[in-house]
Amino acid sequence: MTTALDATSVSIEPFGIGRKIRRRLEEIGIRGVAVTAGVFVVLSLTFVAMDGLKLYWQRFLDGLANGFIYAAVALALVLIYKATGIINFAQGSMAMFFTFIAWVLSRQQSWPVWLAILTAMLLSSVFASGFERVFIRPFDPANHLPITIVTIALLSLIDGTAIYVWFADPKAFPSPFPSKPRQDYVDIFGARVFYATLGIWITVILMTIGVTLLLNRTKIGLAFRAVSSNLESSRLVGVNVGRTLQFGWALAAAIGTLAGCLVLSDSRTYLEPSFMAKSLVFAFAAATIGGLDSLVGAVVGGLLVGQMQTMIGGYVHFIGSDLVLATTLAIIIIVLLVRPSGLFGKVRVERV
Amino acid sequence: MSLLEIGGLTASYGPVQVLHGIDLHVEEGEVAVVLGANGAGKTTTIRSICQMVSTKGSITFQGQSLTGKSTSEIARMGVAHVPQGRGTFADLTVVENLEVGAFRRKEKNFSSDYDFWFGIFPRLAERRAQLAGSLSGGEQQMLAVARAMMSKPTLLLLDEPSLGLAPIIVQDLFQRLRTIKDEQGVTMLVVEQNASLAFSIANRAYVLEAGAIALSGSADELKNDDAVRKAYLGY
Ligand SMILES: Nc1ncnc2c1ncn2[C@@H]1O[C@H](COP(=O)(O)OP(=O)(O)O)[C@@H](O)[C@H]1O
Ligand SMILES: [Mg+2]
Repeated sequence: MTTALDATSVSIEPFGIGRKIRRRLEEIGIRGVAVTAGVFVVLSLTFVAMDGLKLYWQRFLDGLANGFIYAAVALALVLIYKATGIINFAQGSMAMFFTFIAWVLSRQQSWPVWLAILTAMLLSSVFASGFERVFIRPFDPANHLPITIVTIALLSLIDGTAIYVWFADPKAFPSPFPSKPRQDYVDIFGARVFYATLGIWITVILMTIGVTLLLNRTKIGLAFRAVSSNLESSRLVGVNVGRTLQFGWALAAAIGTLAGCLVLSDSRTYLEPSFMAKSLVFAFAAATIGGLDSLVGAVVGGLLVGQMQTMIGGYVHFIGSDLVLATTLAIIIIVLLVRPSGLFGKVRVERV
Repeated sequence: MSLLEIGGLTASYGPVQVLHGIDLHVEEGEVAVVLGANGAGKTTTIRSICQMVSTKGSITFQGQSLTGKSTSEIARMGVAHVPQGRGTFADLTVVENLEVGAFRRKEKNFSSDYDFWFGIFPRLAERRAQLAGSLSGGEQQMLAVARAMMSKPTLLLLDEPSLGLAPIIVQDLFQRLRTIKDEQGVTMLVVEQNASLAFSIANRAYVLEAGAIALSGSADELKNDDAVRKAYLGY
């Protein structure tokens, strides 16, 4: 009897470790990730077979730049969603408005472009903090509909104001990266990557690292994660929920503004009041596919959507560039049918 | 002056009043229990102290009125609350749950506190880097108690710590609560349906029935009260 028991416990032990690792991986949705990676590899090989490695590589790197921008905007959306459970529909408009501010400072006031961008980010944080205090905090955070409607109202207010002040004609935004055409690029294994593109990668990567450190290494970051996880318990340990959410709004606003300026650092896009619309839709898609409550998911989703966009546009000729967005969304809907909470999103299981 | 004094407390959810004038006090250093059947208003009483429901009447803690204060202000004053259902931060690790428990404290480094509570609850030590949502019910209850104690509270409120746990785990938990009572000198208000458990750590006891105090007295008095024995102890 004793020996039998011992035998079981011995054979269970390595099994137990395996199960622990597996559970951990399931927590981050490893099945969905593995399937996605598999599909990605198979499609990539197909594309390489179609038009050769060189063209594929170039398109891959192009898609990465778009992807990083979607990742940044998605990160802003997910920060707010995680903490408050609402989608901030005004995220894109706020980014647009403060990108205009950066343009005013750099073009009309002749500030150095990075100083203008950082100032605009700071101003957007101040604005978002004030907005949260006056228009969001009075509502019960557990009641999502009124707050969502407030963000839609903000969206229309900002869009209207921007058109009123700056009109709808496109303006050139000074690139924050060296960008003389046909000259300022690096060669990465035979593909051309312009400094502007490289700059977008680096900026978003640094920003993501910064946000991660802020959330994981500071007291306000811990408070933010606590509020995102359990609102009521956060109050019970003495977290000031209002001020913590205000921090989330400020952070998301700054990220959005930076993303807006990055969109324009690609010299083909001009500043006008609707310039964020496309990025915003792709970022929504990215956040959804990654899992609306996952910051990692936002980044991965952004990169993935960037790839979908370039690859569909480049290889699936019968779809054509006008239908790229619709096709991307269709793919995302299929993914969500299989995995409703997104690739990294939490499948909520309540334990009693 | 008692550490916690409640007088004429009424509480309502919307139009429905569920507490009808409760008087209750807890002296410094003692453990008071509130007994009552399901739906008697135990949770509402404990939530009233933290101003999580709308109340009328007086609630004073260390001579200061708590009515009208926000829940998080009350927590920062030194009232720790382990809610019914444990209130685990499921997306944070065990250690992060402890860290967030210490939120009201000014220090930066809590490693000696972690070691202390991992000493009291060794199960948690093995799971320190695990997400709290993946713990068993008993482990989450231990974590909730340790999290509350991380704030170095003056008053610890526990809402039915035994709920949903296997009897052997409950015994173990209450043993540790007794240790905490003896060694930390923290004042506790414990709400329980399980009367024999509650009496095992209590100095003072209240019996709540339909939103009003039906009986009150020292734990020893109530333990031997015929009505209490019939209704709550079953002999
Ligand atoms: N959120 C709520 N809304 C309305 N009624 C509630 C709510 N919570 C509790 N009640 C009612 O208040 C009474 C007391 O509940 P509660 O304090 O949870 O009792 P106990 O903790 O003793 O089981 C019950 O009749 C319950 O139905
Ligand atoms: Mg209860």
